[in-house]
Amino acid sequence: MCFSTLLWGEGYDTTLFATIWTKPVLLNIKLTLVLLLSSVHLQQQGENIPPPAKYGGRHTVTLIPGDGIGPELLNHVREVFRFTCVPVDFEMVNVNSALETDDDMNNAITAIRRNGVALKGNIETKHTLPASVKSRNNVLRTSLDLYANVMHCQSLPGVQTRHKNIDIMIIRENTEGEYSSLEHESVSGVVESLKIITRNNSIRIADYAFKLARERGRRRVTAVHKANIMKLGDGLFLQCCREVASGYPDITLDSMIVDNTTMQLVSKPQQFDVMVMPNLYGNVVSNVCAGLVGGPGLVPGANYGRDYAVFETATRNTGKSIAEKNIANPTAMLLASCLMLDHLNLNDYASLIRNAVLTTMNETRLHTADLGGQGTTSEVVQSVMRVIQSKGQFTAEL
Amino acid sequence: MMALILFRTFLTCPDACVFQMVQDPTQFDVLVMPNLYGDILSDLCAGLIGGLGVTPSGNIGANGVAIFESVHGTAPDIAGMDLANPTALLLSAVMMLRHMGLHDHADKIQTACFDTIRDKKVLTKDLGGSAKCSEFTAEICRRVQDLG
Repeated sequence: MCFSTLLWGEGYDTTLFATIWTKPVLLNIKLTLVLLLSSVHLQQQGENIPPPAKYGGRHTVTLIPGDGIGPELLNHVREVFRFTCVPVDFEMVNVNSALETDDDMNNAITAIRRNGVALKGNIETKHTLPASVKSRNNVLRTSLDLYANVMHCQSLPGVQTRHKNIDIMIIRENTEGEYSSLEHESVSGVVESLKIITRNNSIRIADYAFKLARERGRRRVTAVHKANIMKLGDGLFLQCCREVASGYPDITLDSMIVDNTTMQLVSKPQQFDVMVMPNLYGNVVSNVCAGLVGGPGLVPGANYGRDYAVFETATRNTGKSIAEKNIANPTAMLLASCLMLDHLNLNDYASLIRNAVLTTMNETRLHTADLGGQGTTSEVVQSVMRVIQSKGQFTAEL
Repeated sequence: MMALILFRTFLTCPDACVFQMVQDPTQFDVLVMPNLYGDILSDLCAGLIGGLGVTPSGNIGANGVAIFESVHGTAPDIAGMDLANPTALLLSAVMMLRHMGLHDHADKIQTACFDTIRDKKVLTKDLGGSAKCSEFTAEICRRVQDLG
């Protein structure tokens, strides 16, 4: 006989499913001693365990090329991975942004649920489609509950910018706020949009920010808000931040109104350490910071949920105007793929590729047009692969 | 007199706009937007040109009713000490003169103000100088007189 027990841990939502044989019984059916530790979800907020490697130690990652420069940049990522013999296989899922139906998106979401991790280009949101068709990127984030968008903005020594020594982590609430897609026009010519702020999601994102700050040895978290005007909405967000802050006495919380924040960012960005904010302000602040460190071609972004993680460029641009011209900057997407490798605990590969990208950027100074250089996308990628090869790593052929 | 105004409109999201603004603000001319984006972008641009101490603004309503104001704070720590930079309020007054159609006066005061700042000889503390508010103002007045 066998008995199964389900154990619940106090304070954690731990699900440990164990089938234990107490008395061996020979039956015609195949009896297997299985101790199934099915994805032990330690629901300590913010800590998610990456999916384990399957099939000979290789991971399967969903790849969504998207529109504009996405497909070509992701091809380059695949090229670099193949060259570096990274144990990752990509399952490509295309999403056609021109279609009004949701089948493509549903396939993509199913694939990400299956694999747990995805790397994506931005999917264009066509303004000509009816208002009922929501932004595909938004649907993806909310369906998978990728509640934290994390962006690390760092000055790069090889890139000429007005401000130096910037090192800011931006944590943006990714599922609600102004992106709730709830609008109505009760009276013709008068549209009302609902901005949703919930206590649960605000606590969740604030806790994520403080945990991350502690992990990275950061000392200060700045909550960005407009609570003087949106007293209930942003007021709740701020209140939640303060509540969470009380549990982290080693980290200081301060707050700043969003318009002052953008002004401070363009005049004295070095004053910021970690920033946490609702959805729309996160959108604006991340783009300001990306502009400060050299542009959208440089900064990778990550979207984390409890169970899934999706990696992309931080500023989520489609780059339609420069698509297929071999001039797009591959840095952001390559660095996003490194974040993905870190998430899969393939840290050695992540460091190798990251260092190669940064060497190309800072030492070789091979820059694409967005940084004022003459290099093409493929030249930059070739340079990255040459640096990887020079480290003595076992590689495929160039 | 035929006035030819070049309309080149393009729609941009606030996120795409802000990073372009940070990297190359000169590509923009006139921007129109709803309330919240305006709040954010106006402070961002103020930061790009030197801060709220030099940024004028105006609020225009129907029938020409308008209020012009500087958007910096009340600065209670330096109030009454003859230390404040009057540029923001002065340029707001210049906007008011233009709104009233008094363009010649507006141009004169604006030119005098910009020349004083450009010259860097008489500047208030926030602009890196050591002059008092009254000295800065007197310098601008002198230049207005010189401009005739």
